[in-house]
Formats: sequence, C-alpha cells, structure tokens
Amino acid sequence: MASYSVQENSLKEILPEKTLQTRVPQVKVDRVIKPAPCRYRNGIAKYIIRRSSDCIRCGKCVQLCPYGVHVDKPGYKYFAGPRLDLCVGPACEKTDHYCVAQCPQSALRMVENPMMQVLGDYRWTADLILATWRMAETGDLPAPEYGYDYHCGASGGGFDRIRFRFPDKPPVEIGEGNIDTSIELNRRDDGRPRIRIDVPWYGGGMSFGSVSNITQLSKARAAVAWNTFTCTGEGGYMERLRPYDDHVITQVATGLFGVREETIQRVPIVEFKYAQGAKPGLGGHLLGDKNTVAVSKMREAVLGISLFSPFPFHSVYSIEDHKKHLDWIKHVNKRALVSTKVSTPTDVDMVAVGSCAAGTHIVHLDGGYGGTGAAPDIAKKNIAMPIEYAIGRVHAFLEAEGVRDRVTLIASGGIRTAHDIAKAIALGADGVVVGTAELVALGCVRCTRCESGRGCPRGIATTDVELSAQMNVQWGTQRLINLYNAWRKELVQILRRLGLRSVQQLRGRTDFLMHLDYTNDVGRKT
Amino acid sequence: MPEKYHIETRPVPPRLARIGKYGVVDWREDCARCHNCVKKACVYDRHRQEADYIRNLNDVDALFFDCMGCFSCVQNCTKGLLGLVVNPVYESLGNGYWTPEIIQTTWMQAETAKIPVSGAGYRGPFSGPGFDSMWTDMSEIVRPTRDGIHGREYISTAVDIGRKPPLLAFEGEKLAGTSPPLVSIPMPVIIDMSSPQHTLPALGPILRETATRTGLVAMVNPRDWPFRKGDRERHLPHVAFHLDPEAPPLPKDILDKTKLVEMPDSTDVLERIRKLKSTSPEIVVSVRVALDANGTKRAIALAAFPEIEVIHAAADLNGNEIGTQNPRFIKDMIREIHTSLVESGRRDEITLVAGGGIALAEHLAKAIICGADLVTINLPLLIALECQLCSRCDPGTLCPAKLEQIDFEYGVGRMTNLIAAWHDQLIEVMGAMGMREVRRLRGDVGRAMFFEQLEEETFGKLFGTRK
Repeated sequence: MASYSVQENSLKEILPEKTLQTRVPQVKVDRVIKPAPCRYRNGIAKYIIRRSSDCIRCGKCVQLCPYGVHVDKPGYKYFAGPRLDLCVGPACEKTDHYCVAQCPQSALRMVENPMMQVLGDYRWTADLILATWRMAETGDLPAPEYGYDYHCGASGGGFDRIRFRFPDKPPVEIGEGNIDTSIELNRRDDGRPRIRIDVPWYGGGMSFGSVSNITQLSKARAAVAWNTFTCTGEGGYMERLRPYDDHVITQVATGLFGVREETIQRVPIVEFKYAQGAKPGLGGHLLGDKNTVAVSKMREAVLGISLFSPFPFHSVYSIEDHKKHLDWIKHVNKRALVSTKVSTPTDVDMVAVGSCAAGTHIVHLDGGYGGTGAAPDIAKKNIAMPIEYAIGRVHAFLEAEGVRDRVTLIASGGIRTAHDIAKAIALGADGVVVGTAELVALGCVRCTRCESGRGCPRGIATTDVELSAQMNVQWGTQRLINLYNAWRKELVQILRRLGLRSVQQLRGRTDFLMHLDYTNDVGRKT
Repeated sequence: MPEKYHIETRPVPPRLARIGKYGVVDWREDCARCHNCVKKACVYDRHRQEADYIRNLNDVDALFFDCMGCFSCVQNCTKGLLGLVVNPVYESLGNGYWTPEIIQTTWMQAETAKIPVSGAGYRGPFSGPGFDSMWTDMSEIVRPTRDGIHGREYISTAVDIGRKPPLLAFEGEKLAGTSPPLVSIPMPVIIDMSSPQHTLPALGPILRETATRTGLVAMVNPRDWPFRKGDRERHLPHVAFHLDPEAPPLPKDILDKTKLVEMPDSTDVLERIRKLKSTSPEIVVSVRVALDANGTKRAIALAAFPEIEVIHAAADLNGNEIGTQNPRFIKDMIREIHTSLVESGRRDEITLVAGGGIALAEHLAKAIICGADLVTINLPLLIALECQLCSRCDPGTLCPAKLEQIDFEYGVGRMTNLIAAWHDQLIEVMGAMGMREVRRLRGDVGRAMFFEQLEEETFGKLFGTRK
C-alpha cells in the first residue's frame, strides 16, 4: 500500500521560504490498538442485573460470568457495582454460565435497561451509539452476542433501508490482508501530489470554537495514525495543530475566520466551504457563549459576541467566479489540492460538474441531514436533499459528462458506520467524511446541546476550560484510532464477502445493493 | 423597497412548570452520601433548581422536568443510582399530528421569540407523511443565497390578498377603470377563528391584539362585536369578519373599516358577494371552502366565477380532507387547486389561502411552495399559551393549562413571539433558497424536492418499483 508521505526535500521546491522556516517538525502517531475504556464511572448498559438481598455472596456469579460483569473486590463487605455494560443479556440465557439461572439463591434478575428508550434517536439508535462506544473502546467490532443492531439506524429511509446483497460465498477468496482500502485524492494529473489515504474517509471540519482543542487534536492525531486527514473547520488554525500540518485540511469559508496566507500554505489540502449539511444555504453559527477568549483571539473577533458566517460568498456568483477562488488557492499554495464542499440542492449534479470544470480536485457533497454544529432545526430537517440521493445523481452525471475519473467524489452528512461508508461508495462516492461518529466515539450522547451556554456538557463540543478538561488528548486519540480500526475491519469484511480486492472496485457498484422497499428486479428481468 | 417588517418581542416566561422531555430518577436508598455528589456538578444546575422548585411547590401534581438529557450525572454517580427516563407527561402531549416535539418547540418559540437551534445534526426519521415528505431547496454557487437573517439583504414576506388583474389598461397616461381592492399584509399568515372546541371568551381580544401588533389579520366571529371600547379603531383594520349567514348583521360603517371579510361557501355565495360588494366595493371577500370529498373540485369551480377573488381552502385541524375514508393531505389538495388554476390561466386572479395542519414554520413555507399564497393558523397560537391539546375543553373541565386564567399581556406576548419566530424561520429557508420575495415562492415547486419524485429518480432506477 503506497502511503502518502511528504518528502521534505521536495517541499523546498514548492513552499515559500517563509513557510518552510516556520514549519515545525511533524509528529508521528503510532497506529496501535489499545483499550480506551469509557471515561465515566458507569457505562450505559443495555441490560441491568438486579441483585436482591437474598444474595449470600457465594461468588458463583463471579466465577461463572466470562465477561466480568460481577465484581467482587476482596476486603469489601458487598459486591462492587457490576460492569453492566459488559453484560450480553438474553444471549446468555441458553448457555451454562447464565448467572440468573445459576444463582443458588435466585437473587439475580435481568431486565432491559429502561434508559435504552431515552438514549439515541431515529438516526443514531441506542444500539448504534453503544456499538460505536464499544468499537472506540476496544478497536474491534462488538462481539455478536451483544446483539447490537449497529449496521443501520432506524430512520426508515436511505442508508437505513439499503442492504448489501452478499453472495452466499465470495466469488473469489481473498485474504483480508490483501484487501486495499486506500483511495487517491488527486486524479487530475496536474503535477500536484498524488495524495493517497489509507482508509476511504477523513475527518470533517469542526472549528475550534465549536469543539474543544482536545477534540481537534485527538482528531488530528488519529488522522496521522491512519494516514488520512482532519479538517480545521472555519474557525482558524490552532497553533497546536501545526505538528500535524501534513494531515490537516484547512477550510476557507465565508467568515474567513483566521484564514491567512501562511495557514493556507501549511497544508496539503484546502477546502472551500460553500455550504454545510447542518445548515445548507445558511452561514456558520457560533453563539456568543462559546466565543471565549481563546476563540475570539484565533478568529480575530470580539469576545463574547455571536459569530455568524455571512452567506453566501459574495465573491462567487458563477462557476467562473468559483474558478477564480480555486486559482487563488492553487497560486498561494503550489502543492495544495483543493476541495469544494457543497451541499445538496436539486441541481447538485450541475454544481459538481461545474466545480470539476473549475479545477477542483475533490467534490465534497454534504447531505442535508448531516452536520455536527449548531443549526436552526428548520434547516437541519428541511433544507437540501439527503446524501443518499445526491451521491448517485452526481456520480451518474459526472460519468455522463466524461469527467468522473478526473475528480474525487466525497460524501458526508449522515455517515455513521462502516456499512454506511460502503453503501455510499457503492452508490458512487470515492470516499466519505465523518463527523458525528467521531464525536460519538469521544462520548457524545447526542443530547443536541452543543450550542447552548458553555456548550457540550460532555466536554467535546465546548471551549469551556472546565468542561473540556473532562477528556484528554491521549484518550481521545486512542478512541478514534480504535474506531477507525474497527471500521476498517468491517469494511474489509464487506469487501471480502463481495470478492473485491480494493475499495476502489466497490465504487458505483449498485448491483451489490438492494433496497428493502423496492422490488429489486432491475437488471434481473432478462 | 417596502418598509422593513419588524416584530417587537420580549421574553414571556411560562406560567406553569415546564414539561421537559427528560427526568432523572434516583434510587436514594442506596446513596453513599459521598461528598462529590454528581448532582452538584450538573452543568445546567438542574438538581439544585429542582430542589428549590419542590420547596416552593404550588401544585402537587406539577413535577420538575427540565433535565437536558446529557447523561453526565447518570454516568458519574458513585453508586450508579441515577437513571434517565422520558417524562410520561411529555409523551402524552398533543396527538398523532401535533406531536410532543411540535408542542415543545412551539412553547420555546412563544417564550423566547427565537428560532429553535440545536446541535448534533438531524435526529428524526428520513421522511414521513404530509409535509415531511418534502424538502426545500437551497442555492449553491451559481444561484446565490440571500442573507436575510443577518439583515444584509432584505427579504420581503409581504403578500397581497385580492384579485390581481392579468394586465393593466391605460387611457392616455392614466389607468383605465379602477383596480380591484387589495389587502397587503407583511407576512403570509392570517389568524383563523378558533375551532369550536377550542373557543374561549378570553381568547378573542388576545388574538385581535396579536394581529394588530404584528400587522396581520385575524378572522373574527361577528358575535364578538362590539369590541372593547379602546380597541375598536385599532383592531378593525386588522380583523376579517366571518359573515356566516346566521350571524347577526354588522353595521355598514363598521364593516367598511375592515378590509377583508370571509363568507362560508354556500349555494348562494355569489349572490351574497354581489350584495356585499354593491354596498362596500372596497372590501375583499374570501370564500371559505371546506376541503371535504368535493372540496378541491368546488374550489376550482368557484375560481371560474368573476365574483371570486380569494378562496380559503380549509382542511381539518390536522390538514386532512374532511370526512373521507382515506383523506388526502392539505399539501396535495393545495397543489391540485393551484395547478388547475395555473392551467386555466386564472392563478393570479385568485388568492389561495390554505388552512389546517399548519403546525410549524416549515409548513408555512412548504404550503406556499405547494401553491398557497398564504396560510391560516390558529392552533399554534393556542399552543403558545401552554395548551397541551388534551382536547378536554368542555366547560367545567379542569384545563391543565389554566387557559381561563390567562393574562392579556402574557397571551399577546406569547403569540407575538411565536409569529416573530416563524417569520425569522421563513426568512431562513427563503434565504437558503435564494428568494427575496415570498410572493415568488408561491407554487415554485422547483424550490422543493418531493420524496416520491426523488425516490423514483434515484432509487427507482437502481432498485425497481417501490413496494
């Protein structure tokens, strides 16, 4: 697998002297899978074991349970709190180590945790959140006995109704070690670096301000470990991100917060954000409470006022204007690839082709249901089409125009699992951008309070010093490295079952997909 | 440029305990009494507020449900005693159409006049029945969006009610003949009369005052006349009497101070319009057509008559066809009427008002995209007063929202806030669509995407026929 690495020598030829002088040594992060347990005292469990006062503390349950749910600490009078999040629930009933049946005093009882009704929502079900946490914790797929239904959400449409049509047996047996999950981001053959990332996804833009610096750093370090990218969002370039420059995409959006020539020159990819899935057609939204001293300094704005990115780019009213934007970035940074992030209006296919004509390397579609940041509810629900529709339309149109292989198509906005990633690619994308899933891995419960007051009560999407101290960079990095590892495993399994050697072969293979609400007889009639 | 429309708002806190979605239950018997109680660490300080609230409790049945659902205390409690539950009272709010989410967001808007904002992406189902089966469009690169909400560009939400002549004729430099009367209101919303089961004597003056302060029009039962003394002159330009044939007749001088009236549809409606117009030619007449099994046909047929200038097509409270087995939804019925009028070339001569099922600001925009010039609302304004839609409004029944005790300023403030929040949201979606005029949004289905169409165009090609 050809890995993208920057040759310091070649940089000398293309980077301005000033940028080279200020370049800091790049930090390496090892791709090592280590446990990163829940940072709260109590994990949220799917099942609860209740212990009555009939318990005589014989210790049988402790001996029986292979998962380590029951904890008996020596020197204590009672059992310690059980590790309920490890309990597999009813899957245990038929085994010989089912504690409830085996307890000599019948002192144990198992119930489904009523909190499962509270956790999650249609798009991110409780099972999906718990499974993502488990992946981030262990770096592996959740064991099947946990019974997590985590391949889809429960939104009743789009990815959640699309399934893979796996053959009974793979058409060709390919060892999992021989399956390539890397994708190329520059298909233009324009002399700029042919950047290749090891996994077909990179981290979405979340500005410093919307999320804490610990969240940003964790994302960046995981991107380094997996040889992929993270994005600064539009809130400026944090100094502490500089040791990871080679894996950072910096964003130019309408607010131009913290955009300077030197920040553009630092990075291998620059992203133009025309719109974002959370609030398509509307500008960014950082409410006053989150505009702290550090944020206002980086954004070069007044402390404590709400920061709105105006909309639209008043310098762009046509594809020709858009080309001027791209040319400007390409001129300032001779090695940069340019990504164009747009949302999904009815004419999204035209926009994509236009953007391709203007010279973009990456067309990034952000579907209407996506987004992590604060947004008006009316925008999140109603404006622009869901990404599932947009991918196929754009892919088909780019093909019809004969330019599909000159541009990398990246999809985002509601990508939650490795299955979603594979489905998006099978629908026609080259790769995806993930955002919310990373936050869930860091402990997000999707309470949606990212925007109010001091921000995220879980310390992820906040700039409040006290709140963000709930998490540290090592732990955050590990959680994301683990999640990526589990996803890659799952993706490789999907490719193996389909008999594909690389993820690039999956692109546009809608024949591998079926939709539960359709007859699925296209191409089978003859 | 029209005068900038601005609604004065101020926060109007609720009178009753908030009915939040989440509540924390704890199992105090096992509490370790440790000194680092997670309740003290609540980011929102809710546990302390709850203790204060219970100390000063006025009503024994009103529990404290204002938890934000972040799970932090649940996950940090030393002994794991805390659990999060969905408040059963929250779940019992409203009904199948007016969901608890709708009621809660309406309360929030009525309190703060702010657009509901939240993080973490969209949480709901992929699509749904009714208005949930369509998305509004947005603009990108080649079609510029409009920055209405931050005031850099002015987006007009004004609409005209009445007949717009297809062309203007001139005699020399002067307009030939007289142009028909038009009523202009700054936002495409008319406040409808309360439905019989939701009528409260105190509501009338509040609705009229809200219409007056927001510059809109409220439909009024003639039995409500006379108004309170000080209100008459101020309110009359902002009311439209519903001229039920059985209602007591109103004095001509009073009627002439209003600009719009409404008549229920009847066999002799044309005759009644002619009669009214003969004495009050400057008044615009709307005909209320109930959208029953024949509703759309009747509306289309009526539109062919030269006497008709405004049609108020009214579905039931949930936006459904009235009295049919498989009722159609208001959005589809409005589309049918609109399309038919476009085809017959009479669309601009008729103002189409859609009523029923408009529960959120997004429904307002979507009804207009489907072809309505404007909509009528009433139930959202009632919900703004903390009504829970329990539908037990019979006299003598205890109203959980204590609506019989509402204060005038509270009522007007909450309703005005809601209208202001809806106006801002209308501007948000129009800005995203790149529209500067709500009049141009009417029937512009090119600015919307419909579930069935998108499914067929994208998934139909790939997966066959939808089952």
